[in-house]
Order: sequence, then C-alpha cells, then structure tokens
Amino acid sequence: MPAISRDDVAHLARLARLELTEDELAHHAQQLDVILGAVQRVAEVAADDVEPMSHPVAITNVFRADVRVPGLTAQEALAGAPAVEDERFRVPRILDEE
Amino acid sequence: MSITSTTAVELAAGIASGQYSAREVTTAFLDRIEQTDDRLNAFLAVDRAGALAAADEVDRARAAGEALGPLAGVPVGVKDVITTAGLATTCGSRMLEGWIPPYDATVTANLRRAGAIIIGKTNMDEFAMGSSTENSAFGPSRNPWNTDLIPGGSSGGSAVAVAARQVPLSIGTDTGGSIRQPAAMTGVVGVKPTYGAVSRYGLVAMASSLDQAGPFATTVADAALLHSVIAGHDPRDSTSLEAPVPPVVAAATAGDVTGMRIGVVKELTGEGFQPEVREHFRRSLDLLSDAGAQIVEVSCPHFEYALAAYYLIMPSECSSNLAKFDAVRYGLRVGDDGQNSVEQVMALSREAGFGPEVKRRIMLGTYALSSGYYDAYYGQAQKVRTLIARDFAQAFEVADVLATPTAPTTAFPIGEKVDDPLSMYLQDIATIPANLAGVPGMSLPVGLDGEGLPVGLQFMAPAMADHRMYKAGAALEAAVGWEARP
Amino acid sequence: MNFEQAIARFDPVLGLEVHVELNTVTKMFCGCPTTFGGEPNSQVCPVCLGLPGSLPVVNGTAVESAARIGLALNCSIAPRSVFARKNYFYPDMPKNYQISQYDEPIAVDGYLDVEVDGQTYRIGIERAHMEEDTGKSLHMGGDTGRIHGADYSLVDYNRAGIPLIEIVTKPITGTGAKAPEVARAYVTALRDVLRALHVSDVRMEQGSLRCDANVSLRPSADAPFGTRSETKNVNSLRSVERAVRYEIERQAQVLTGGGTVVQETRHWHEDTGQTTSGRTKEEAEDYRYFPEPDLAPVAASAEWVEQLRATLPEPPAQRRARLQQDWGFTDLEMRDVVNAEALDLIEETVSAGASPAGAKKWWLGELSRRSNDTGVALVDLGVDAAGVARIEELIADGGLNDTLARQVIDGILAGEGSADEVVARRGLVLVSDEGALTAAVDDAIAANPDVAEKVRGGKVAAVGALVGAVMKATRGQADAGRVRELLLERLGAVQ
Repeated sequence: MPAISRDDVAHLARLARLELTEDELAHHAQQLDVILGAVQRVAEVAADDVEPMSHPVAITNVFRADVRVPGLTAQEALAGAPAVEDERFRVPRILDEE
Repeated sequence: MSITSTTAVELAAGIASGQYSAREVTTAFLDRIEQTDDRLNAFLAVDRAGALAAADEVDRARAAGEALGPLAGVPVGVKDVITTAGLATTCGSRMLEGWIPPYDATVTANLRRAGAIIIGKTNMDEFAMGSSTENSAFGPSRNPWNTDLIPGGSSGGSAVAVAARQVPLSIGTDTGGSIRQPAAMTGVVGVKPTYGAVSRYGLVAMASSLDQAGPFATTVADAALLHSVIAGHDPRDSTSLEAPVPPVVAAATAGDVTGMRIGVVKELTGEGFQPEVREHFRRSLDLLSDAGAQIVEVSCPHFEYALAAYYLIMPSECSSNLAKFDAVRYGLRVGDDGQNSVEQVMALSREAGFGPEVKRRIMLGTYALSSGYYDAYYGQAQKVRTLIARDFAQAFEVADVLATPTAPTTAFPIGEKVDDPLSMYLQDIATIPANLAGVPGMSLPVGLDGEGLPVGLQFMAPAMADHRMYKAGAALEAAVGWEARP
Repeated sequence: MNFEQAIARFDPVLGLEVHVELNTVTKMFCGCPTTFGGEPNSQVCPVCLGLPGSLPVVNGTAVESAARIGLALNCSIAPRSVFARKNYFYPDMPKNYQISQYDEPIAVDGYLDVEVDGQTYRIGIERAHMEEDTGKSLHMGGDTGRIHGADYSLVDYNRAGIPLIEIVTKPITGTGAKAPEVARAYVTALRDVLRALHVSDVRMEQGSLRCDANVSLRPSADAPFGTRSETKNVNSLRSVERAVRYEIERQAQVLTGGGTVVQETRHWHEDTGQTTSGRTKEEAEDYRYFPEPDLAPVAASAEWVEQLRATLPEPPAQRRARLQQDWGFTDLEMRDVVNAEALDLIEETVSAGASPAGAKKWWLGELSRRSNDTGVALVDLGVDAAGVARIEELIADGGLNDTLARQVIDGILAGEGSADEVVARRGLVLVSDEGALTAAVDDAIAANPDVAEKVRGGKVAAVGALVGAVMKATRGQADAGRVRELLLERLGAVQ
C-alpha cells in the first residue's frame, strides 16, 4: 500500500467532515502510516476461501411487527438541538446537493 | 464493617431485611464519592437528588410490603456512554457536553426495574476509545492504587469507582477490552458478557459489532448479580439473543473447577507480557490445578492477527457510528456565523468537539472503508475475524474455558503512552479476540506486582456459556483469597 | 437541435431508478407513523432521529412488501440479503448514513413488459432493494425557496425512515424515437403494479413515487454506451417523458457540437421543462458501504417466497384486458378510464351494482370534472363507489334525473351524508305530477313567445331553451325528457 500523503489525509478529512488544521494533517499522515503499516498484517493470512464475518452472532430474520410505538413529542425531539425555528431543526445554508 | 466496604449481595440482602435503609446506603456512597472524587475523577456527574429520591422509593416500597427487585437500594455507577433519561450523557466528549437524552438505555431501564440506585455517570475515554481514560475530555480518572497511574480504559471511571468503593457496582462497556483491562488495572472483577446477551439499545455505539455492556464489582458473586439484572433479550436490539440468561448467579455462588478443562492459550502467555504478570498467571493456574481443574494447552494461531483485524473493523464502524455527531440535532455547534455553510459548520464542529484519538479512528476507518481499499482492509479483516472465531471453536472442543493474562502490564503512568497509539493499542492484545468472536470474557484480580499494583487474569467461555467463567472465577477468587485494597 | 434530428443521429439508452415509499403503518426501522402531512418533527423517535444509542429494527411488513414487489416484477428473491450502510453527510439524514442494501439486495434480475403504440417493450429489472427515506428541508431566505441562494434551511424528520424500495432497471435499449414514451410507459406500468399490490400510495405529487432518469446517447445501436447523465426530481409521469426527451436533445446538441457529455447529476425543472447541472461525479461521494452491523441479514426461505407469490394480484395488463371484455368498452374508452385513474373505482362501482356504462359516465364525466377543478384526486373526492352505484340506482328507478343526481353529488361533497341522506335532506325528487308539469310548460311557453314561435315553425332544436326554463322553474326536479316531450306536444312540433 502506498504511503499516506497530506493530500490523502485531506481527502479523508473531507469525507469524514473534519476541518483538520495543517498541523493535524501532517500529524495524521504520519500516524496513519504507522498504524496502517501495523494493521496490514491481516494481508499475511491466507483467507481467500473464508467467508467474511460481519456479525459475531449468526442470526437472521429479526423483524418487528408493523405496529405503532409512541415516539417523542416535537418538543422532546428538538430539545437538544443547537438551533430551532418553527418546530424544525435550523441549519446553515446547504451548499452540496444530494 | 462499614457500608461502603460491604458487598452488593450483602447490601441487597441487608436492605431487603431492613438491616439498612436504601437512603442510608445511598448516602454513605454519595458521601464517599464526595470525599474521594476530587482525587480520582471517576464520576462525570453525580445525581444526588435523583439517587436519594430513588432510594426513598425503595424504602417506601419495602415499608409498604411491596416486592423488591434484586438490586433494590444498591447504588450503581453507569458509564457515561449509556443513556439515562433526564441525566446528561456525554460519552466523555465535548461533542455531547450537556446532552440530556430523552430516553433510557435498556441497561438503564433494567437497572431501575431491579431497584438499583443510579448514583451517577462515570468517566471514560472519549466515546470509549482508549485504554487509559486519558482520552476523556473531562480529565483522566486516576488509579486508586497510585493516583499517578492510569486506571485503564475505556471504562476507567467505572473501574475506579468500584475499586475505591465509591459504589459497590458499576456498568462499563467493552469493545476490545474496555471492561476487562481496567478491571485488571484496578484490582476488581469485570465481565464482558456474550455479544448479544446485554442489549445495546441506548449504548452510544463505538463499534456496533463488538460493543457489549457488562458489570464491574469487587467480587465474582456481585458481578454475577449485576450481570443477571442487565442481561436478557431486548426486541429493540436486533442483535440481542433470544435465549435465557445463563445461570451466572448460581455458578458464582458455587465456584468449582473440579474436572473443568481450562485451556491456556499458547499465543497469549509469552512475549510482550510483563514478567510479574506471567508469574501471577502461572501461579493462578497452579491454584486452579490444585482445586481440581485440568490445565490444557490450546493453540489459537490466528490470535496474532486479532489486533490488526480489530484496528480495521473497529475504526471502520466508528467512522460511520460517529457521523451522526454533526451539530444538527444535538451536540456542539461551532462556526455558525451566518456565513459558513452547513458543511463547514459540521466540519468545524466535529473538529472542535472530537479529541485526537477519536479523529484518528475516524480517519483510519474512513480510509479502510473507502473504495479501492475495502477488500484489502475491511474485507480481509472480516475474514480474519472468521478464522479467529474458528480458533475459538476448536479451542472450546478441548477446553471448557480459556485462560490468559488480562493485560500485558500493570497500570502505567499517566501520559506515558498518549503519543504512542500502537503501544497503547497493545494493552488489548489478550482481550480483543473475545470481542471479535462475540464470546464472553471475565477479568479478576489474582495478585500484586512488585510495585503493589493489581494483576488480572482473564477467563473466556463459549458464547452463552458465561456461567462457566463465573464458576471458574469464583473458585479462583476463593483460592487466591484476594484481600488487597487500594 | 430538435428531437427528430437527435434521434436520427444517436441511439438513446435509458436507465430508470424509481423510489417507492411503502404504505406500511410504521417506518422501516422504528414504530413511528408514516402518515403524510403531520406537524413537523412530531412523528419521530430516538431511532429515526438518529439519537445516540438508538438502534434500528426491521419492519417485517416492509420486507414482505419488498419481496412481493420483486416477485411482481419477475425477479428472483435472494435467499440471503443484507442491509448495508451508505455513508455520506447531509443534514436531512439523521445518522449521516442511510441504511440501504448494496451488493446483496433482496430482489434481482426481473422484467416488466410495457406497451407503447401496440408494441411491447420488455424492460429488464436489475434489482429492487430496501432502504429508508430522508427528512425534508425547507430552504429559507433568498427568493426562490430553492436550495441555491437560501440563507439557511429548516429540517423536518417526519419522513426520515419511511420505508423505500428502490427499483433499478437494466439499460433500456432499442427504443429509438420512442424512448421518452417508453420511459413514461414503464413508470406508469410500474405504478400500476405497485398499486395492484397495495404496497404504496404511488402518489408522485406527494413524493411516494419518485423517478431518476439516466440517459445516454451513442452513435449507433452497436456502439458502446455513452456517458450518462442522471436526472433527479422527475416527479410526474408527464415529466418522465419530457425530461428524457429534453436530455436526448441536450446531449445530442453537446455531442454534435463536438463536446462531451459530463457524467453528472442533473435536476429537472417542471416549470421551465429543462434540466440543470447538479453535482458532477468527479466530486461524488465515496459512500464507503459496509454491512450494517446493527441488523441481521434477511434469509428468504423457498416456502416463504412461495407463500408471498400466492398473494400476488392479477397483473394489471391482464386485469385491464379482462375488465375491458367484461364491460364491453372500446380500446379508446378503456384508455380514457385508465388515464383518468378510474379503473378501480369503476370496478368497485360495478361490483356495487351499477352498469359499466353508468359507472363510467359518472366517474369520467361529472366526477372527473370536479376532480380537475379542485385538484383533488378522483379517489379522494369524497364520493365512493357505493355512492355512485346508489345514484345510478336512483336514476334507474326514476327517482332522480341527472340534474338532481349532480345535486346529490354536491350534497355528498358538502358532507351532508350518503346519497339517500342528501336526497331526503334536500327533498330532491322528480316532479312526476303531469298537471304541475303541464302548468310549468305552459308558463314557459307564455314567457318565451319568440322561442315558442321558432319551435312551431319547425326549429325543434330551439326547444332546449324552453326545457331549461322549465327545469329552472322546477328547481331541476323534473324529468327533462318528459318536459321536452310535453313542450313539443303543446307546440305541435313533430319529433
């Protein structure tokens, strides 16, 4: 695997929505490099025919009945919000479009 | 014997019989917290009013002749990663400072139903990321055996609170060793139950496929009592197991290793473990053997890759789980000056609200999941996880429980490893395999090193055979005759 | 460049992604209601609000609906399917990841046949998968209400977590100049299938059925696929056709001018009939999908799949053919019925006892007119099939005429009760007393001597004005046919 550059870190920080400082970018580049160097050991294991394990318990079909359950009032829902207007969560202007 | 040095089992019995009032017991522990916590910083919040009100309710119920729950009147500290309705839950982070959850975690609800007194919220590494509690945004907890040392982590506050008898019982969470390692560092019993045995509903997720809440206590029997109260199927957690709670209380009451096959994991006894840790481990095996256990050696060849797999799977899940902290619905908001876009405000808030270890894991996980790297990192780590689970399955064919030292070292000085993440990560080398495979693990104190610091031993058992650890743990506890106090 | 020129030079390839909101009682992963139009943030809980510590639990009915949709689209139901997290930040997404399905969706590899101008096109279905809807943002400040130029936004999470099924086609080729119509026909046919399954309200105007249209052009049918654009926000059947047509024209223009089509998201604007550029794929997110650790996989047993298959309704095309034959409607009449979305209503009205022609007359005539006037869907108008059937019965019994029947409808719409209650309350009854009717006829003739003279002179058509006068005088409570007869009789005109 290639070494992690400052720009790689900047890209990851953008994906992860972290406004890292210039110092942090450099620091993370160096630390990620070291950590990735260590975790790359997983590649030494011959595991081509092995099923990946995403859940520690092999259960399937855990369903809920389609029945209403009391939730929160709008007041409770909004209680922890940094900014509220008209019973809605107020956020700064959105640049990205989805 | 003073109230604060009485076991939870005895306190519960004493309150039920009228020997103590719940208010008296709760007040005693509240006072002890007040006297000691400036030094230890085990608690992030103490709910004196709420605790006393709950205690009074227990006393009223008893006076009225109502049936009491198994923990009626017994104070419990709850790690601040578990939601408590109406009581701030910060996860040890600036990001959630002051957040009051509108709902109880299932663990919290189970505690309340059992009559337990939720006395406060305990300190922790931010979002449970760390092995020393130094990553708390609200200052490290200190080891009561030597306050210059770390108490382990991430559930350091819960471990300290029990070790220092600020509470008889506490709840921690364990993703890679965060209950067992601090239990070892502070000389208490700590148990990570089988994955799926205790509901994760209301446990603020670090790594969803690894997280599990469990008990801290001063004795194996006390741990079993708390375990039995918090465990059980919960329809609000899709990974919760629909199976009866293993008979942990009975097992802890009748500790016995006669004929029990105890497997020593070859890969987790040698290199990298402090000599005194190895020495105490060997002595414990002798005690178990003397008590009638059969000691067998087992090999788990893929355990040596556990740490690497863990540091891919865990941060991947972290990076996704912590995305919800975006300054929109709750939590810290920074940079909302009317000019910045929501994207900038999210990024500025996350930058300001998260500490270095949290950011490190988010970055690492973001990398491991990104397109082009997924197969080599996350995908491969999940295959290694399968192989580790197979190693366990094979080991449990020849052994009823497995034994290892809990942590490679005893407690180390605050500040020693903060800039050396890899060395910090090695603290969990013996505890991580159980999380990856979902099997239960217990740490209990077995001796003191030359500096007078506790050493822990870990038992592991097959999934939903948690009672085996309690049976072995109670037997070893009796054989060791642990009396040391900080 | 116009459409014909574009098609002469290029071969269009389409791909359609349709999102369907299921009509389950509760959301995909929690017990909050899915009802439309509630007070903001009043239909939320820790789970759909993404509060720390909360966990999702799958709505079993939604899984059933997803599998039934897959089966109705001739898909295979995967023996094992898993939920995955799609990671990206957006303020309307409570957890900043969407629980969706990625490489193991519940339904794969099916088709839907659609007909355009007598020709059948088989549209391949790549997959249908389950996911959750996002919240909704209001964009404040600025002057357009749009995201661009807004000062800030307000988010309501009532919609967050509503079950969505995303249905993705395989590349649709070989449609040539019919591409826009095929696209529309596909979405229409899909909507009919979903409606017949009773799994969704399929209201495009309310957003319960949403379409994204991928369009690319290539020089010829044997050339590799060109670069595609993905047009979002195409929220009516008419828009599907228009947006595809617009994109074909736009891309042809770009390519003919020597340019290249950019792979990007575009937004459809209903008002201008154009698409505008959104996010380019270069800056597109890396979604970092991974299996959702909070949810167990779905294991579909063969028995379960067969049980669900047995619940499938008659395919809509087959049903239409059967009803057309039963009712004796012409192709044209049947098309009108379908276009008016009156098929179910007419079927129910006929079941309630009305004649097919009578049922059609009311639903496509008076009631469609009122639906158009008020913008309320036919089915929501407030008159049901039983009511229409009763009105028809009253007419057949001679108790009402069409004019009175319209007053009955007025009454029902005004909330005055059932057809019989309105008749009783308003005293609507045909004047059948010949004496009274004759008097009214004589009055009308006396009051309109000019018209009467024309009729006497042979201009029979002019009698309409006198009929109107009589009807007015009797407040509509006369049988117009009988009034006409009487008038002509009195005026000595030959019928």
